[in-house]
Amino acid sequence: MRTTEICVIGAGPAGLCAAIAARDMGARVTCVDSGDRPGGQLVKQTHKFFGSRAEFAGKRGIDIARILAEQIENDPLVELMLESTVIGFYDDGAIGIERDDALTFLKPARIVCATGASERMLAFPNNDLPGVYGAGAVQTLMNVYGVRPGKAVLMVGAGNIGLIVSYQLLQAGVEVAAVVEAMPQVGGYDVHARKIQRAGVPILTSHTVKAVHGTRTVEGATVWALGGDFRPIPGTEQHFQVDTVCLAVGLTPLADILWQAGCRMAYVPELGGHVALRDEDYETSRPSVYVAGDLAGIEEASSAMLEGTIAGLAAARSLGHSTPDFDERLAAARADLAALRGGPKGEKVRRGLDRLMRLGREVGVVA
Amino acid sequence: MRDKPCQESRTHGRIPGAERRARGPCVVMECFEDIPCDPCHDACRQGAIRPFDDLNHLPEVDFDKCNGCGACISVCPGLAIFVVDETWKDDLAVVRLPYEFLPLPAPGDVVAGLDRSGRRCCTAKVIRVEKTKRHDRTAVVWIEVPKALSMEVRHIRVGGSARGLHEG
Repeated sequence: MRTTEICVIGAGPAGLCAAIAARDMGARVTCVDSGDRPGGQLVKQTHKFFGSRAEFAGKRGIDIARILAEQIENDPLVELMLESTVIGFYDDGAIGIERDDALTFLKPARIVCATGASERMLAFPNNDLPGVYGAGAVQTLMNVYGVRPGKAVLMVGAGNIGLIVSYQLLQAGVEVAAVVEAMPQVGGYDVHARKIQRAGVPILTSHTVKAVHGTRTVEGATVWALGGDFRPIPGTEQHFQVDTVCLAVGLTPLADILWQAGCRMAYVPELGGHVALRDEDYETSRPSVYVAGDLAGIEEASSAMLEGTIAGLAAARSLGHSTPDFDERLAAARADLAALRGGPKGEKVRRGLDRLMRLGREVGVVA
Repeated sequence: MRDKPCQESRTHGRIPGAERRARGPCVVMECFEDIPCDPCHDACRQGAIRPFDDLNHLPEVDFDKCNGCGACISVCPGLAIFVVDETWKDDLAVVRLPYEFLPLPAPGDVVAGLDRSGRRCCTAKVIRVEKTKRHDRTAVVWIEVPKALSMEVRHIRVGGSARGLHEG
């Protein structure tokens, strides 16, 4: 069976940074991703990033994907397996990889799992009509393949993803009829909301989709207002003539591999759902399995990169690799991560992480 | 939890007053929410945007040092930075704004000036369009607007460019 020192599952922001950090320590790395190019969600993020210089603030996601990928491409220590899907985790620590309709096995000494997240669905009549999309699919169509999803869109969800994708729809020449948000306030950054508001897009807070209409595809959508108890208020219906409804109603960690590996999981709503208990180095209850990025708790790509760096450094060190700047680099990544999460917008994540670490201490995953 | 001496007012240190605007071009930072972000500080060569003690603090401008050069406009990931020059002409001010839509307008074009809610509030003449490698695909468009609207106009509509359905 083929072996490697560290297998990184997922070549998104977290996985690429884990691979880079582990490689920098001198570890042999195999990075596996189901996509046809490295970068994960970064390849469709045409907007400039927030954060500080360490997280490439001010650079566009699409460019960060390239900068990160260039650091490992053609490196003899790193094997990048694209269009390859990890389909199983076996008791002996081997993983099964499907590529070109063939199954191969790889036995790594360490695994950094950075599989990201999947999008949440919303229940309403006709949510299965063609024309109802997840925001990720809309972004892929537009920003990766140059295809407009429709002519007029109703966006559901005013978190950062809903706001950013609305802006990118406008950039692609698509009309955005409105953004509806069930919460009484916009969840995403105020500056993202302002970008689309000044382009004329109304944001309807305390509103949700009542139903989508159409025979073969989406022809319109009805929204209605929500009361203080989140119950819809009859008589407040508004109709929008749109051919596309885009759902940006949250993400949930894509944790199948961790369940299969028998990692202790906990349901932490603030982190998006079930996440693995893990220590400060991002090692889970199953020794030698690490996590990073949205899989470890839904946050931004900037924090995913730092988590990847921490997990990559820690996994490589656990194999005996070392570099003179190890301590400095680990401390810097931890400090940058704390700074990113330090503001009022990081409050929910901080609360979720407190809970996760407390649960981890209770069962001995965290010392 | 955090020491926030500079944040007693959300606009102080970010929105220049009428007296400062009357003295020449200066930056307008419509950044009122504590999010982790600091590239504007690095972009300022005048030392007018104070260093961030905490990444989540709001930017704070020394309006005596700001000369309105606009180097910060295109680096702001939130597209929240503008430059206003109320000394441009007797009745006309210049607003410089970040613009990431196609087609880009050209100098001399007449475009619609939109306010923060996307309502058309004037016609505006394009004076200049900056788009160098440094701008990294965020063009900076200079438009001439009635002076009374210098603190209102924050976006433009060029010909048939994308817009929301509810625009005024």
